[in-house]
Amino acid sequence: MTRGIRLSAAASRGSRGEAPAGPDAATGARTWISGLMMACLLLGAWFAACSRTACAAESLLNKKAPEFTRRDLNGGNLDLATFRGKVVLLNFWATWCAPCQVEMPRFVQWQRQYGPQGFQVIGISMDDDPELARKLYARLKLNYPVAMGDEKLGELYGGVLGLPLTYLVDRNGEVRARFQGETDLKTIEKRLKALLFKH
Amino acid sequence: MRFGLVQRTGAIAVLAMLLAARTPLHAQFSGGAPSSDSAFSIPSAQLLQPEELNRLLHAQGANRPLVLQVGSHLLFAEAHIAGAEYAGAGSQTAGLKQLQDRVAPLPRKSFIVLYCGCCPWNRCPNIGPAFKLLRDLGFTNVKALYLADNLGADWVDKGNPVERGR
Repeated sequence: MTRGIRLSAAASRGSRGEAPAGPDAATGARTWISGLMMACLLLGAWFAACSRTACAAESLLNKKAPEFTRRDLNGGNLDLATFRGKVVLLNFWATWCAPCQVEMPRFVQWQRQYGPQGFQVIGISMDDDPELARKLYARLKLNYPVAMGDEKLGELYGGVLGLPLTYLVDRNGEVRARFQGETDLKTIEKRLKALLFKH
Repeated sequence: MRFGLVQRTGAIAVLAMLLAARTPLHAQFSGGAPSSDSAFSIPSAQLLQPEELNRLLHAQGANRPLVLQVGSHLLFAEAHIAGAEYAGAGSQTAGLKQLQDRVAPLPRKSFIVLYCGCCPWNRCPNIGPAFKLLRDLGFTNVKALYLADNLGADWVDKGNPVERGR
């Protein structure tokens, strides 16, 4: 507290244009200490803002999307690498997730609308029971592949500890956007169109 | 002091915004009384904030609660509150049966904390039915951990103790 008051007083003196009390060396030391304190504060703020799962997820941005291969719900092979050259919307969902089910019919629509331009939706169900996922897959008439997720895949993608969660991957296979929780679908569509029609 | 039409309209708008901000979230979403098994059916006195649970995890004896996750088993495997047990998804009949079996041998005064954290509180399908079951079974010291968004944002990201695995 005392230190803070002293620093404030020094700053105040400086702002009034008064001569510093000590020699140049002392002024230099004070500047160093102030700089160090500022750096510590900034580092502290960064650690506070960049928490564990958030940081893990942030670190995926502008990097190659983690590769994975799974069986889809129809028994086919689902390999992310085979979609290179397409813009991929990778959506983590579950049957118990109400906002997910608001999004999925739009993804069906986007698959139909933008598919011919090189757009591909991939769904990853985080349900415990594949049967529940299959039922919803049929009921919503999903027109894109869906595979069952697991904790390893969740961890690969920065920790899937809340749904919905959607990633956009560009034609080069790099992660370009992440949307956690209920997101305005117009925002997602705008980003995917920007990736899709980028020249 | 006389107010013009613009000032009066402005004042009403500000008042309306203040009232809207004070309206509980569940009222904004449900448009009426919460259903008997929604997360909003849990009395606010029975809610526990994450920092409070973190403190209780360090307690000893009867003050330390039994923490049960009543949501997705897969999400539990990814990360769960240190010391918590998986007790079945509250939205499913089989999950409620699992919870019932888990608590059957416990005294009705046991301190139990339920949590889910699968999705935003107002969208969680699990916590309400699980809480209702324990209340119906006669448990008198049950709390529900209030996770506004999900376990990741409201527990893990805040540096609280976490374990992995099933």
